[in-house]
Amino acid sequence: MTEDATIVEPGEERESFEELVKHTHSANELDTSAPPVLTVENLRMYFPIKTSLMRRTVGHVQAVDGVSFVVPKGGALGLVGESGCGKSTTGQLITRLYKPTGGSMTFEGHDLASISNREMKPLRRDVQMIFQDPYSSLNPRHTVGSIVGAPLRVHDVVPKNKTLSRVQELLEVVGLNPEHYNRYPNEFSGGQRQRIGIARALALQPKLMVADEPVSALDVSIQAQVINLLQDLQREFDIAFLFIAHDLAVVRHFCPEVAVMYLGKIVEIGDRESIYANAHHPYTQALLSAVPDVKQAATGGRRERIRLTGDVPSPIDPPSGCRFRTRCPIAQEICARHEPPLLQIGKRHKVACHFPGRLGEHPREPLTARLLGVDASGQPDPGASPATDLVEQPGYADTWFDLDGKTIGRA
Amino acid sequence: MFSFLVKRILSGSLIVVLVSVMIYALFWYGPKSPALELCRRDTNNRCTPAKLVEFEDRLGYSNPIYEEYGKWAKGLVADRTIIHGTSEYDCPAPCLGISYRDKSLVTDQFKERFPVTVSLAVGASALYLLIGVTVGVLAARRRGSVADKALVASTLVFSSIPYYLVALLSFLILTLSTSVFPEAKYVPFLDDPLAWFSGLLLVWLVMGLYGATAYTRYSRGSMVEALGEDYVRTARAKGLRMRTVVTKHALRSALVPVITIFGLDVAFLLSGTVFTEKIFSLEGIGKWGIDAVNIKDLPVVQATTLVLAVSVVVMNIIVDIVYSILDPRVRLA
Amino acid sequence: MSTAPTSGDPYLVVDDLTVRFPTADGLVQAVTGLSYQVELGKTLGIVGESGSGKSVSSMAVLGLHDRRSAQISGSIKVAGTEVVGLSEGRMRELRGNAVAMIFQDALASLHPFYKIGAQLAEAYRTHHPKATKKEARSRALEMLERVGIPQPDKRIDQYPHQFSGGMRQRAMIAMGLINDPSLLIADEPTTALDVTVQAQILDLLQDLQQEFNSAIIIITHDLGVVAEMADDVLVMYAGRAVEYGSAKEVLTRPEMPYTWGLLSSVPDVAADTNARMIPIPGAPPSLLDPPSGCPFHPRCAHREKVPGDLCRTELPELLPAVHGEGHLKRCHLADPEAVFAAEVLPEIAPEMVEEKR
Repeated sequence: MTEDATIVEPGEERESFEELVKHTHSANELDTSAPPVLTVENLRMYFPIKTSLMRRTVGHVQAVDGVSFVVPKGGALGLVGESGCGKSTTGQLITRLYKPTGGSMTFEGHDLASISNREMKPLRRDVQMIFQDPYSSLNPRHTVGSIVGAPLRVHDVVPKNKTLSRVQELLEVVGLNPEHYNRYPNEFSGGQRQRIGIARALALQPKLMVADEPVSALDVSIQAQVINLLQDLQREFDIAFLFIAHDLAVVRHFCPEVAVMYLGKIVEIGDRESIYANAHHPYTQALLSAVPDVKQAATGGRRERIRLTGDVPSPIDPPSGCRFRTRCPIAQEICARHEPPLLQIGKRHKVACHFPGRLGEHPREPLTARLLGVDASGQPDPGASPATDLVEQPGYADTWFDLDGKTIGRA
Repeated sequence: MFSFLVKRILSGSLIVVLVSVMIYALFWYGPKSPALELCRRDTNNRCTPAKLVEFEDRLGYSNPIYEEYGKWAKGLVADRTIIHGTSEYDCPAPCLGISYRDKSLVTDQFKERFPVTVSLAVGASALYLLIGVTVGVLAARRRGSVADKALVASTLVFSSIPYYLVALLSFLILTLSTSVFPEAKYVPFLDDPLAWFSGLLLVWLVMGLYGATAYTRYSRGSMVEALGEDYVRTARAKGLRMRTVVTKHALRSALVPVITIFGLDVAFLLSGTVFTEKIFSLEGIGKWGIDAVNIKDLPVVQATTLVLAVSVVVMNIIVDIVYSILDPRVRLA
Repeated sequence: MSTAPTSGDPYLVVDDLTVRFPTADGLVQAVTGLSYQVELGKTLGIVGESGSGKSVSSMAVLGLHDRRSAQISGSIKVAGTEVVGLSEGRMRELRGNAVAMIFQDALASLHPFYKIGAQLAEAYRTHHPKATKKEARSRALEMLERVGIPQPDKRIDQYPHQFSGGMRQRAMIAMGLINDPSLLIADEPTTALDVTVQAQILDLLQDLQQEFNSAIIIITHDLGVVAEMADDVLVMYAGRAVEYGSAKEVLTRPEMPYTWGLLSSVPDVAADTNARMIPIPGAPPSLLDPPSGCPFHPRCAHREKVPGDLCRTELPELLPAVHGEGHLKRCHLADPEAVFAAEVLPEIAPEMVEEKR
């Protein structure tokens, strides 16, 4: 299966369109029965801001602030959002490039958030990362063989005399010529370099790959090659992906489940259908409507869209209450006073909004007021009894709040 | 800005103190003590152990190092009296000690010699910055042309000749044989500006032209890079004249790395130019220092080293300030 | 509705443009025999991957290539004036005045050392030598306000690094439009930006176009941007035009396998989940030694549908498409539209096929 992804060199005998199609994939599908491989709960990362002279901490960049999600075994969770939303930091926390400020990340019975760097070392084999920039993430002075072989040597997984043959095997798997192991990265194109990075990540047969914008630096025609390769590998080796990208369409194709982040928080999370066809958060809706659509060519001109004004606020001093309220088209008083809880509103769909609803059908009254024990404007309501179980849980509960019927839904 | 200056002056002072302690320790614990050197000289190489002890006592080497260093350091701020055996020397603050060789006050010597070195440094550095950057920019504009390649090659050839050879030949040919230039001499600027200028002109030209070869290469490289920047393309797309694009848009960015090297170069010039001063017989800091090292004249070596340390610290602060003026993204903190 | 590229009274006419750069490795054939035109009030989208010549050709319109290192032939007429071979002085009068250009990376394209206001004012004063500094500044302020920068009176005295990405691109647009150009060339204007900001910038460009009736060339690799912005589309590959026509024609009934490849490489946010992402095999060719015949043939999956070895031996001409008026394509396939409808569309957009039934 995998060697079919090999780049056909110009001049070689080539495959017909039907054969080409056979080696590609349609969108990945969700397997709801898969057990979790990674469970992240209330993950937080605050970077301190220090003054120059006294090194006194004067504030924090709340890069990630209470994020919870589950990555199923062999599955893929997409993390989308605009720059500065904390999606890349989340990925870096999972590979423990930083030690998180708080929360837990349970992987194979270990909490990656609290173990020491030494305890982390054996686990690094199982959690690998693919980087965005195929130019700066490969050492230009090392041969491809030594780049791909480095993790094998560091973790001592194959005997020294077998390293080369394993490296060649890996190069073949990612569609590169195995004879090219002694070449240097600058002899390869961007797409081929990204394949080298993937081969390196693959060397230790990880269970989880964190792919941070793996295709955004590549030419359009090459992006599809790499996505298909990742799909091949995922199926063959049963690797779970945390797929971080700003390109909503690519994420939709690769990830059966998606979390949308804004200013360090997840605002909406759910399966593909819930996010792309049934988004209930105004930010998700705005993101989706902002993506230019090729099909628009049929009618000409631009679609009606939700126009967000201004820029993302600073994560040093995020807005009170709901962090999206400063750019939100439907924000009301309560949004400044209370942070909306991430409510489950479908079997696999959660949204953090006081006024969740389909586009144009957002309710007038905050649905969350009763749960929070406040009135519609967010003032304390002595008559209401706040719900106590609003703590965010990773994964989904069996019961949820059905918005259409205003009842409790059940799986 | 204020907190930057405070921080940099504090850390700079610390560096200067550390350097002075190190020099002191080097002389104290070095393989041949200055006392032995002096003893040999004064006794025509018949220095007996008894004599040596006498010399060590006289120069203070029999006392603990911290005591002597303390005396020396105190002298920087307060008048002190230096006792060498039976002789006493008054040394008003800032006192840098007295030379072992001729018992002269180091401070007085310094005041006499530093202006020579400063004059050399200012003239030479101005010259090589001006010539180097101008030629470098012109070469960058014509990158790849025959003129550019010839220029790069000739600067390489020129700068691979040792400096002392260039200086010596210039002196021999231009002053001794042909008298195109008068013999180099230092006249204080305030006494006679014209004589100051003509007395040092040859030395400046030699230092300036030689140094300019390196600056031509630095600024050419940095200019080539700047001309390839996107904002230079934008400036051209606006319809600006090429001259404006080069001087206003590219040069300003190209200068930033050049200024950094320049600052350090000036600092080293300020601490003396040994070859230049020796060859042209100018009584500057460099010649003074090298002579003192030969006879282990600790107070003088200490003084010349401090000049270097202070110049490096001060020039670094100045470079950072200039940097922040050139590039608004740099915030001094 | 969009107009076919052959009608009307075009402001910019590029005819048989060829741009070559002699290098130590050989002659880089960056653009070969390129022709297109743009009318006032219309938008042309130029699509292609890196190295397709899309940026090189538009920089030639502004005469931005180094005269010593670029060999330019053919004709570029701006409002009837031939600019190929025009003197540097005359060219300078056009640049930033009648024809303005904005670039992809606004952070790198604005000078980091000068205030935004000063950079805008400089662009104005270059073409209005009689204007005082004060006039130039108030014009800069007016433009910053026009492109929707909040608190322009404060922002005018800030440096580019103090702006957010979207704001910088707005400032860049303000600078491009400060002299009321008739033609604006936008080279990947939204590539580095987040989608919501991209939408804002595209909205802004459209508003400004309606207000000033200028011609716009938008260079991009994003077919979605082209679909929403452009009246006409020019698809470039290896320095040549391979498909050219109205956006509607080219994007709904493409007749060149490279265009199909671009469409199938990019998933759609609203597509059927059964749709496949079908890559174009291989990598873009070297312009030092472009492939013989059709430059796309080494990567083309439909080559065997053309009899003989035609694709490899003979460069197809840019000829009218089988269907559609003013639609040009460069392909040997006898009936490309049929191949597209029968083979490609069902894989990349199954739902569209069902609609058609």
